[in-house]
Amino acid sequence: MKLRHLQAVFIARNREFWRDRAALAWNILFPALLIAGFAYGFSDNPNPDKIGLHGTPKSSINFLSSPYIQVITVTDLDEAINKIERHQLDLLIDAGTETYWVNEDSSKGYFLEHALNGLDPDRLSRQPVTGEEIRYIDWVIPGILAMNIMFSALFGIGYVIVRYRKNGVLKRLKATPLSALEFLIAQLGSRLWLILIVNAVVFIGGNIFVGFRMYGSYLDLLLVFTLGAMSLISMGLMVAARTSSEELAGGLLNLISWPMMFLSGVWFSLEGLHPWVQKISQIFPLTHTITAARSIMIDGTPLIQLLPELMVLILMTVVFLIIGSLSFRWE
Amino acid sequence: MTSPPILQVNDLHKSFGQVQAVCGINFEVPRGICLGLLGHNGAGKTTTVEMMEGITEPNSGSILYKGEPLGKRLRNEAGIMFQHTALQEFITVRETLQMFARLYPDSMPMEDLIRDFRLEELLGRETKRLSGGQRQRLLLAIALINNPDIVFLDEPTTGLDPHARRDFWSLIEKIKEQGKTILLTTHYMEEAYTLCDQIIIMDSGKIIARGTPDALLRQHFNDVVLTLPWEQLPAALRDQSNVYRNREMAEILTSNVDDVIQMLQTAGVPLGDLRVRERTLEDLFLTLTRNHAA
Repeated sequence: MKLRHLQAVFIARNREFWRDRAALAWNILFPALLIAGFAYGFSDNPNPDKIGLHGTPKSSINFLSSPYIQVITVTDLDEAINKIERHQLDLLIDAGTETYWVNEDSSKGYFLEHALNGLDPDRLSRQPVTGEEIRYIDWVIPGILAMNIMFSALFGIGYVIVRYRKNGVLKRLKATPLSALEFLIAQLGSRLWLILIVNAVVFIGGNIFVGFRMYGSYLDLLLVFTLGAMSLISMGLMVAARTSSEELAGGLLNLISWPMMFLSGVWFSLEGLHPWVQKISQIFPLTHTITAARSIMIDGTPLIQLLPELMVLILMTVVFLIIGSLSFRWE
Repeated sequence: MTSPPILQVNDLHKSFGQVQAVCGINFEVPRGICLGLLGHNGAGKTTTVEMMEGITEPNSGSILYKGEPLGKRLRNEAGIMFQHTALQEFITVRETLQMFARLYPDSMPMEDLIRDFRLEELLGRETKRLSGGQRQRLLLAIALINNPDIVFLDEPTTGLDPHARRDFWSLIEKIKEQGKTILLTTHYMEEAYTLCDQIIIMDSGKIIARGTPDALLRQHFNDVVLTLPWEQLPAALRDQSNVYRNREMAEILTSNVDDVIQMLQTAGVPLGDLRVRERTLEDLFLTLTRNHAA
C-alpha cells in the first residue's frame, strides 16, 4: 500500500466531484429539499396514537380494544417511561401494577387519558410525567441525513466505478503499479470526505433554517456518520466490483437502497413492525447508522452505549471491502 | 553473456468463447527496436499486445519480460497507450500528468514531457476539451511519464488527420532516438514502413510473416508496378493476368520493365503518363491477407 498512489487517486476523484457543479448542487439540494418539505409539510406528528403495554393484563382492559390506537408491547419499563417523557409514546400502561403514565404536556396524552378513564373508570392509577415533545422533524432528521449518506455512498461510488470501467479509465489504471485495494481505499476515502462535508453543510443549514433537536455530542455523531458512510460506501464498492453495465448497477443499487430506505427506520419507527421485519432490518447498515444517530441527537445517548451499533458498522465495512477488493475487475 | 530479448512470447493461446483470437504464436522483441504488429481487424493484434502488457491473461503459453514472467517490473517499466483510453472528467492536462506521475516510483521531469509533446498551451485545459491530435499527444506523454524501457502503442494514429499523423510519427521517432523499444500496432502501412525496424503480420491469430519491411518485400516480390491511364492501354493487353485495373489507372506487374515498355511502344501507347513504382508494404499486406478482404 503506497501513500502516493492513494493520494493520486484521492485528489483526482475529489477534483472531479467538486468541479461537476450539477452533481454537487444535487447532492446538497436533495436533502435540503427533503428537510424543508418535512419541516413544513409534516409539522404535526403523522403517526397513529401509540400506547405502550408492559406485562399482561389479569383481566381485559377495554381501552386496549379500541380500534383507533396502536398498542406496542414494551419490555423495559424505564425506557418506555423515557419515551412517554419525549412524546414517543402517547400513553404507557403497566398491566402488572395497573398503572398508567401520561405526559401532562402532551395533547394526545390528554385525550387518550380521558378515553382510558371513560372505558375503564377508576381501574388504573395515574403517574404523571412531563417532558418536551419530540417533533416529527426532530425524529426524522437523523434518518434523512443517513439516507442522504446512503444515496451518495451507493450511487456516487457505484455509478462512478461502473462508468470508469465502461469507458476504459480503469483499464488505463490497471496498466500502472496501482493495486485494486489502493484504488478502492482511495475511492472510499474520497467519497467519505465528500459525504461528511456535504452532510455537515446540510446539517448546519437545516439547523439554521428549520431548527432541530441535538442533545448529544457532535463528535459522537460525526463518528457514527463516518462509520455509517464507510459501511455504505464499501457496500457500493462491492456492488460495483464487477459489472460494466450502468443499467445493471442501477438495478442492483435500487434493489439494495429501496428496502433500506423503508425498513431502516428513516420515515417511521420499526417498533410497530412484525418481529421478522425488525430482524431483517438489522442486516442493513443504514438501520444501525440511523439508530445510533437518532439516539445521539434525540436522547443524548453516550457513545459507549452505542458500541454494538458501531461494531456492526465496522464489521460490515471490513467484510464489504474484502469482498469488493477480492472480486474487483478492472475491465 | 548476452542479455535476453526485452520480450519473449512462447506458444501463446487466447480464445474468447468459441473464437480463437490467438493461436500459438512465438516471437521475440529485441531491445531498442520498433516492432510493428500488422493485421486486419480481428487478426489478434490487440489481444496479443494486451497479453504482452499484462492486461489480458493468456489461456496458455508464456511471456517473459527481460527473461522474467510478467509482473510488477513490467508495470513499472512499460509505457502503454491503448487503442481506446478515457481519462477522468473535469481534470486538466497538468493534473492528469501529475496523477499518473504519482503512480510510478520514478517519473520523467514533467517540464521535459510538456516541452517534448508541446503541451504548454494545453496545461490548464480539461482533457475532454482536447482535439484528437492533442489528446493523442497527451496519451503518449502519459505513456512516457515513467521513462519506460518499452512502449506499447496500439493504433495510436487511428482517426487523426494526415498532418496530425505525421506530427505523431515525429514524436515516435524521438522516442526511438532515446533507445526505447516500441511495439506498434497499426492499420497504416506507410506508418509501419516509416517507423518500424521489423514487422510481424498476423492473420486469424497466427503469424504469417515476419522480418524487416524491405526483406519481406524482397522475399515476396521480384517485380515492380507500371501504371498508366486505363484508356491508353490497348484492349489486347487488358486481359493479361499481370494487368489490373485500379480506378482509372492500369497496373502492370512485371519483373522486366524493358520488355513491357517495348511492348507498349510497339502498340503505339504514349509513354508520357507511364510511371514505375516499387512494391509497397500495402501490396504485401493485401497479398498475404487477401482471404480477409471482406
